[in-house]
Amino acid sequence: MKARDWLGVVPFIGMLGGVPFVNRVEPYVLGMPFVLFWIVLWVVLTSVIMAVIHQLDPATKEEESSS
Amino acid sequence: MNIALLIIFAFLLLSFYSGIRARQGKDMNMEQWTVGGRGFGSIFIFLLVAGEIYTTFTFLGGSGWAYSKGAPSYYVLSYISLAYVISYWLLPPIWRYAKEHKLVSQSDFFVSKYNSPMLGILVAAVGVIAIIPYLVLQFKGLGIIVSEASYGTISPAAAVWLGVIAVTIYVMLSGIHGSAWTAAIKDIMIFFVVVFLGIYLPYHYYGGIQPMFAAVHAANPGFLTFPTEGLSTSWYISTVLITVFGFYMWPHTFGSVFSAKNENVFRKNTIMLPLYTLMLLFVFFVGFTAILQVPGLKGADGDLSLLRLSLKTFDPWIVGIIGAAGLLTALVPGSMLLMTGATLLAKNVYKVMAPATSDVQIAKVAKLLVPVLSLISLYFTLSGGDTLVTLLLMGYSLVTQLFPALLFSLGKQPLVNKYGAFAGIAAGVLTVAYTTVSQATLATLFPHWPSVIQDLNIGVVALLVNIVVMFGVTITTKPLFVNGQQAANTEGTPTFK
Repeated sequence: MKARDWLGVVPFIGMLGGVPFVNRVEPYVLGMPFVLFWIVLWVVLTSVIMAVIHQLDPATKEEESSS
Repeated sequence: MNIALLIIFAFLLLSFYSGIRARQGKDMNMEQWTVGGRGFGSIFIFLLVAGEIYTTFTFLGGSGWAYSKGAPSYYVLSYISLAYVISYWLLPPIWRYAKEHKLVSQSDFFVSKYNSPMLGILVAAVGVIAIIPYLVLQFKGLGIIVSEASYGTISPAAAVWLGVIAVTIYVMLSGIHGSAWTAAIKDIMIFFVVVFLGIYLPYHYYGGIQPMFAAVHAANPGFLTFPTEGLSTSWYISTVLITVFGFYMWPHTFGSVFSAKNENVFRKNTIMLPLYTLMLLFVFFVGFTAILQVPGLKGADGDLSLLRLSLKTFDPWIVGIIGAAGLLTALVPGSMLLMTGATLLAKNVYKVMAPATSDVQIAKVAKLLVPVLSLISLYFTLSGGDTLVTLLLMGYSLVTQLFPALLFSLGKQPLVNKYGAFAGIAAGVLTVAYTTVSQATLATLFPHWPSVIQDLNIGVVALLVNIVVMFGVTITTKPLFVNGQQAANTEGTPTFK
């Protein structure tokens, strides 16, 4: 596995590994209890991480031109 | 008939119309009917994938669980996002292989990889059995929508019948092309409806999102965080993992992978799809708002919370639009599920047993099986009392059992042999069946273990059993097939060294 592929593990660590440590209501962020905000934050970060992986992946360039 | 029902029926007719239109001018052979001729680009695949995921479950089940369980409902946000992450690596090899070998169903994939039609029958059976609770979920949702929108004039049972007939007609008319177009209408509608409800309702009743959460927190401290036992963080982590592995193992989801034009469609979609799950946030807001406004919905009735709150708040015509959006969220996935189930049974079970059947006849058998599957699901819909989430998790624990055999087959040579794959899947599914019937959990099996382990989703155990049996059987059957090639020649003539 390339370093780029390992990036895909990060959302799992954040969204699953992080939750036991942030399982509380206070402080509210954007109106949401903290644990919900944490999960939402990671949904957004997941999207960002996938965009980065997509950018770095040569496979996504090749086929764009061939199709 | 009131204005709400009229609007819902108008949308039903519109989706029938678009289903018939989409089909015109297209020769509906098996590949057309099921995988759309493999010509769908990013946007269509996006809509199809999104369309399958945002079902009645999202709409009614998501708000229902927020209403009755609180924080544990957040698991839905996590598993969908993480499943998209996996899809970046998982789907391109599946798509490539399926295209090379002209496969049209999930079961075909296993048959081809493991060179075993028997394995195909097992995979098809697991898929169809898992589809049934998922279909029941859609029908139940339809029933809830129609009977609530009728302001009590149509009984839930009659509403379910109407819904089932509608879905069945729809599938028989259109196949996948209809699904994709209706999915487009549905996604636009559900998006606006959910965002509107999720913002309007908390502001209307509490003056904001945070005051709403604060009121829920004051009334029931602990509701907005994962409990220390039961649906705890350890339940959350294990359930998310199980459902992430199961996500693409649904036969209809697996099947829609085949309809993509090229493999980069999937890679590109992984960027936007996680953001799309944020729509669920607004569904949760509705469920949490309903807690103190329409209290007293117990058990499976929690699934009524979104509509009950809407009935209390809005004029009938708005209820009609909400109901119509709900109708489409059941119609699109329901039709995909029915079509996939019927195709699997026709092609991977019937055809294996009657090999002389032509493709034209198989397509006919598939269409005839659609109403059969509808009626079976209808029976379970009318007889069961489970919440939408319970039904979904039941289906998930079944399809997840296909994941190890799939994963181990992705390399050039499968890591396990067909006997191992067969035995592993069978053992996993039996474990799920046993725990479902006996209602066993890790807490009842091991009453003295710490709750971190007790709260784990029982699907984890089934998955472990599956993998252990898979490798165990592979290793013990290996001596029968020394050196791969030789295997076929020496079979039946045992040689001892």
